[in-house]
Amino acid sequence: MAERYSSFTTGGTAWFLQRVTAAFLIVVLAFHFFLLHFVNHASEITFAGTQARMENIGYFLTMVLFLIAGAFHGVNGVYNALVNQGLSGTPKKVVLAVLVIAAGLLIVQGVWVALVMRGMI
Amino acid sequence: MSQSYNRGLIEDFSRWKEFSAGMWAWIFHKFTGWMLIGYLFTHIAVLSSAIAAADGQTMMLAGEEVNAYTGTLQGLESLFIVRVLEVGLLAVAVFHILNGIRLLMVDLGVGLTAQDKSFYASLVLTGIITVASVPTFMAGVGL
Repeated sequence: MAERYSSFTTGGTAWFLQRVTAAFLIVVLAFHFFLLHFVNHASEITFAGTQARMENIGYFLTMVLFLIAGAFHGVNGVYNALVNQGLSGTPKKVVLAVLVIAAGLLIVQGVWVALVMRGMI
Repeated sequence: MSQSYNRGLIEDFSRWKEFSAGMWAWIFHKFTGWMLIGYLFTHIAVLSSAIAAADGQTMMLAGEEVNAYTGTLQGLESLFIVRVLEVGLLAVAVFHILNGIRLLMVDLGVGLTAQDKSFYASLVLTGIITVASVPTFMAGVGL
């Protein structure tokens, strides 16, 4: 069997959720890049265009889910990489708290921005 | 089926000449992951100019008065360095996606014997997609 390298302990909840969000992010990240660089060029993006896209409830919900999944996947990845590199004890708890707070703030800010774009705030 | 290996200290990067394909894949995946989560924070910060725009704030862009969101995004897009960084971001994202698919397959036990080849395939495909996207990403911007 080939050698296997991963920062995650196989079978745990963190490992499982990382895979579930990965499967979702693969599709949505590719869609996001395609829509905002090839269909609509990034340099031509306007507030009116963003508002029009966000008016579509499906698009709005996908973007909010995209943010939540991305924030979780990223922060969970960083945390497990650090634990894998030997982070333990109190520093581990502090890092976890900082990452959870950072991800929480990112999601709150992102959802606020999304609601503003949709004209709901 | 599970087997443990004494892999030594992988984090000792001075051993890079001994690294196998799987090890490089793991390091690249970690590196691109750090870049992507770092970018996500920056991305939301830039998009937050929508709050100012909805508030009626405007700015000057190329001698024209535009709202804060349009001005911020188009102002950034008018910079050559931002376009170069975007191509870099695309390369990082594409590799992370392709190698991520590879990792999901490894976890499902699919194609284990070809895991080194699929890593090389991820690298080559990332290169091709990135180069092919350069004209679109650099459209309408000059040094």
